[in-house]
Amino acid sequence: MIAVGTAACPVCDSPVSLAADLTESEIIRCPDCGSELEVRSMEPAELVEAPVEEEDWGQ
Amino acid sequence: MLKIGFLHSVIRKDEKLLLDELQSRPGIEVVMIDDRMLTFTLGRNGFGVDVVLERSINHSRALHALRLFEAVGIPCVNQSRVATVCGDKLLTSVALAEHGVPQPEVRVAFTEESALQAIEEMGYPVVLKPAVGSWGRLLAKVNDRDAAEALLEHKTTLGSYHHSIFYIQKYIEKRGRDIRAFVVGDECICAIYRTSPHWITNTARGGVASNCPVTSELSEIALRGARAVGGGIVALDIFETQQGYLINEINYTMEFKNSIQPTGVDIPRKIVDYVLRVSPRPTVRNRKSTQAPVGA
Repeated sequence: MIAVGTAACPVCDSPVSLAADLTESEIIRCPDCGSELEVRSMEPAELVEAPVEEEDWGQ
Repeated sequence: MLKIGFLHSVIRKDEKLLLDELQSRPGIEVVMIDDRMLTFTLGRNGFGVDVVLERSINHSRALHALRLFEAVGIPCVNQSRVATVCGDKLLTSVALAEHGVPQPEVRVAFTEESALQAIEEMGYPVVLKPAVGSWGRLLAKVNDRDAAEALLEHKTTLGSYHHSIFYIQKYIEKRGRDIRAFVVGDECICAIYRTSPHWITNTARGGVASNCPVTSELSEIALRGARAVGGGIVALDIFETQQGYLINEINYTMEFKNSIQPTGVDIPRKIVDYVLRVSPRPTVRNRKSTQAPVGA
């Protein structure tokens, strides 16, 4: 994985490497605490907690 | 340059595969449209896209955004009428019935009393489903009258208002698997078996995908079901019974990431091919942009 940046996990504060092929809004998992995170921004690198499943989610 | 609006919220693996496919094609500019940032001004088209490919995870946002895009002349995949029908199991069943497409017996009732009467007439077991809902959430297999009475009371007391529309489907014994068939335009491109020891076989709930050969019979019922709800790109959940195939549900923002490997079919490529086929000719623009205005 080619990392282009690092952002702090908003749950456990561990550094999370962001791969070059990530895109904004993509869902990733924190390798330390396992939380689902959303890439809010690549430049600057920013992660937020992934949104919680809502009643009308899904196919 | 064809500008394809990619309507999304979070980007899952399915969306990532589609984005990778879109970005591999020449002459396409992908405009990301995040439904969480979006506002519409009725009657005004400030989006600058030629077509919208809908991949929202929220049904309600997808449904209304599609209608609003269409209202200003932007063609959408899928069309809002397809989302309207597929997003509501009751409307799906009505469309299937109107087109003579086989499905399990369905009854609908609006009160606890009438729902219980309908269930008793159908015989046990039945499945109670929210008319709007996904991923197998809040499905209830009802095996006897005691369970029926309790579930109906709970839905009435605890559920939001749309749980008071009782959609009751005759339970079909699946023998551990059902079929998901993928239709793109006029073709049933592939299908999978979803196998699970649980009666709910959704892959989102742990069902395991394996290839299901697309026979002429399977293709025919899948295409009939797809046409009944307005066509486009849909995934159909199908039961195998001794009387033949029955269509259970039809999905309009289909998830396919677990189906590429077992089927060997490049589903994102088929979807993008379809989007390009139904897209209007691109308008001439010199400005390059990859982010849609959040309000239009």
